[in-house]
Amino acid sequence: MLARIRARYDRTPEAERDARQAVAERLAGHRRGTIPQRIDLDSAGLLALFVDKAQSVDATVDRVAADRDVPGAVARYLRGLNLPAEAAIAPHADLDAMPWAASALSLERRRAQGSDRVGIARAFAGIAETGTLMMASGPDSPATLNFLPETHVVVIRESDIVGGYEDAWQRLRERGRGTGRDLPRTVNLITGTSRTGDIEQIIQKGVHGPKRLHIVLVRDGA
Amino acid sequence: MELLSRDFKGDVAKALADPVLQTNLSRLKGNFLARRQKARESLPEFDTLRDEAKTIKDHTLAHLDLYLEAFEAQVKATGGEVHWARDAAEARVIVLAICRAERARTVTKGKSMIAEEIGLNHFLEAHGIEPVETDLGEYIIQLAHEPPSHIIAPAIHKNREQVAELFARYHPHLNGRKLEDIDDMLADARKVLRERFLKADVGITGANFMIAQTGQTVIVTNEGNGDLTQLLPRVHVAIASIEKLVPTLEDATTILRVLARSGTGQEMSSYTTFSAGGRRAGETDGPEAFHVVILDGGRSAMLGTEVQDMLRCIRCGCCLNACPVYGKLGGHAYGSTYSGPMGSVLTPALAGLEGAKHLPFASTLCGRCEEVCPMRIPIPRMLRHWREEETRRAMTPPAARWGLGLWGAVASRPRLYRRLARLGIGLLGRLGRRRGRFANLPLAGGWTEGRELPAPEGRTFQDLWQAGKRP
Amino acid sequence: MTTTTGPSPQFSTSRRRASRGRELRANVALFVSCLVDLFRPTVGFAAVKLLEDAGCRVEVPEQTCCGQPAYNSGEREAARKVARGLIDRFEDFDHIVVPSGSCAGMLAHDLADLFVDMPDVAARARRLGAKVHELTSFLVDVLGVDHVGSAYDGIVTYHDSCSSLRAMKVADQPRRLLESVKGLTLREAADREVCCGFGGTFCVKYPAISTAMATDKAARLAETGADTVLAGDLGCLMNIAGLLKRQGSPIRVRHVAEVLAGMTDGPAIGEGKDARWSS
Repeated sequence: MLARIRARYDRTPEAERDARQAVAERLAGHRRGTIPQRIDLDSAGLLALFVDKAQSVDATVDRVAADRDVPGAVARYLRGLNLPAEAAIAPHADLDAMPWAASALSLERRRAQGSDRVGIARAFAGIAETGTLMMASGPDSPATLNFLPETHVVVIRESDIVGGYEDAWQRLRERGRGTGRDLPRTVNLITGTSRTGDIEQIIQKGVHGPKRLHIVLVRDGA
Repeated sequence: MELLSRDFKGDVAKALADPVLQTNLSRLKGNFLARRQKARESLPEFDTLRDEAKTIKDHTLAHLDLYLEAFEAQVKATGGEVHWARDAAEARVIVLAICRAERARTVTKGKSMIAEEIGLNHFLEAHGIEPVETDLGEYIIQLAHEPPSHIIAPAIHKNREQVAELFARYHPHLNGRKLEDIDDMLADARKVLRERFLKADVGITGANFMIAQTGQTVIVTNEGNGDLTQLLPRVHVAIASIEKLVPTLEDATTILRVLARSGTGQEMSSYTTFSAGGRRAGETDGPEAFHVVILDGGRSAMLGTEVQDMLRCIRCGCCLNACPVYGKLGGHAYGSTYSGPMGSVLTPALAGLEGAKHLPFASTLCGRCEEVCPMRIPIPRMLRHWREEETRRAMTPPAARWGLGLWGAVASRPRLYRRLARLGIGLLGRLGRRRGRFANLPLAGGWTEGRELPAPEGRTFQDLWQAGKRP
Repeated sequence: MTTTTGPSPQFSTSRRRASRGRELRANVALFVSCLVDLFRPTVGFAAVKLLEDAGCRVEVPEQTCCGQPAYNSGEREAARKVARGLIDRFEDFDHIVVPSGSCAGMLAHDLADLFVDMPDVAARARRLGAKVHELTSFLVDVLGVDHVGSAYDGIVTYHDSCSSLRAMKVADQPRRLLESVKGLTLREAADREVCCGFGGTFCVKYPAISTAMATDKAARLAETGADTVLAGDLGCLMNIAGLLKRQGSPIRVRHVAEVLAGMTDGPAIGEGKDARWSS
């Protein structure tokens, strides 16, 4: 089939060389297109943009001072919505280090199951441009936590916030360097909650994915 | 590609007479288009990004063989398998083989135009495998045994009563009860489909993009159904056509900036997912095996032709939302998987001009589609190309050919033109002077079916001008 | 826009007349369009008046059709035949002005496409195309006219033809001129950018769809409460007028040039001598 496609071009040997070179060059690089001016901000500005954009797509954002405040913040959030104080939580080192025991939340460190009502995950990055979360799959970051539970709680640090998607891809590639695998199996860019307009073009939330997206944003350095 | 119907005129009549469809279509402009405009206003770089998106796709289309090679290598390097399908039949057989190897009984499906195009559901069912559409709109029309009527909103022609009826009929736990609240319908669908997600043996999705540099396929959804389809079963099959390819992640990102904004007016859809390969060591979820089925299906034949630009299409659906003809007909009338302006160009290319001969002509060439297309596709020009092709193949009605040929012969002879005009217009002018219009006129039946034909003033401008007359 | 605007305060009277300075503003060839030539010469004369008032010398070369009906139907040969003669007769003028967005679009942008295999003719077509203007755009953008001296007592809504909007970038210009007409109230209809369903041969090939589109357009226009519909394309106007008259509507439909030139004594489009509302 490839041969048939190649035949459409009918390239001369010279043109074929040029074409291969052009392709090789492009694939070796990470050339960016036009980057929206709206992310031309300092880190404080990007933080504010991220929060604003996330809230505009119906995510809720809770800012806490330090890692040790996260479990309490999550427990408060669930209580406030009359949700059960139990969740599946990603087996992530950053989350492990937080004092969950004191929060009276009943947690299981695993992937999500169909019956889970709450999933707690650790984002890889936050993209200020559109208030988007970048979730990267891995042994400590099961992707099902992002989709099966009705309520999705995502923990992210202020230092994880970048301006645009390209910045996030760069960070992801840098993390993967030397591991033999540049990128994780699944990268989810999550912007708001699950939604549909399939019945009479009226927007409804929580179709298959989470109905609620709650972001716990931790100030770094503590 | 097989056509779904060859009775355009009959389908048009049905569509125009369908009050539910007409009501739903009238909402399109206020919803999708209005939101697109807002999104455009809030991103100053929007039009520049459209130009860049066009350039990316043009570059890719000029090197498709090489990028496909690179993509295949990357998929393999990340633990996936690539299957090449020259046409719909080959694609169907490949997917069936993968399902059979898994002893699959049910498969869940994320929204895939390619799967629609090749008639996959019907084929799987015929071989004892049950496909379950998981996108809510696709699920609704699957229950109704209908094809989609819009790229983004497949059930746009249905109202809530019709949805309630379908659920009452096909959800046994409702015991025939018709839900009234759309929130209840949503909860019901979520419950039913959640069961199917969890039990599926194979998950089949489309791909909005294939990325050559990384071997990733990308799906763009708002519901999250595509993700549950590809995460939960043992096997994930992504099926996509060759032109879905882009070189790098950054290229995909540029195009993503204009995709959702154009289609629904969102800055980003809720879930944009990049996947490569199957579950890795230590991971506790995700499919164990990852297959990509790449379909040609008539696309390579479009390269280097007048309709190559159509291969830039990213299936955002914006041209459908903007088209005044689609806005009166909806998708079913086009008789093809692909409807609206993009469908009118693509369908003749993939299914042959003969069966689709009305589609290029059923347009006023108003140009709104080209105006809104994020990929700058010159749809009116390509519609005109198909019209010229039909003329070349003598497919247009002889009376029309004869009429236009006569017009051309007369209009290229000004003196003859003036003489005939003097006679014809003089006569019509006299006949129509009193009322100023004709309710019917021989040879003008097409016009006077639905409106009056204004009468001419009785003398031509040039005659009056030459005679020195001034009002 | 759906705002209602009353007659605007006077613009600066920067209109330069031919009489001032004894200098002719422009040598113009008028291409009236076949519909105007055959069906409604009044529009042609209105265009002449507007151009002469703005200081132009107007000539009317022998003309028939721009070739668009054939071109858009895929009949390239017929279109080429018509276009050859047109290029011969019009190419030597400084400006070609057309009281029709769709014909202007054809002449300005599409002629060269008919002669891809004849580069010399194609080049001539392109040169000609660069000199083509829609009427109101010529008055406002090229001649700097911002004020006409006519009066019209009525509530007007203006329909933008697709070609005017997209091919010729005409939208503000007719409105600017209309706002200077004494006694005229201008109102904007909803769905301005939606096609009226004329589309040349489309309206007779697919009359059911065309009528459905025209019905929607007529409804949007009528919802403004206007008593008069204007546009710059006679094809659209005949389509809209045909539908309104079939509905028994009293709304008067005219070409915008007629109102701008103060030539509204005769019957509106689709109205006859004994129409009860004809003036």
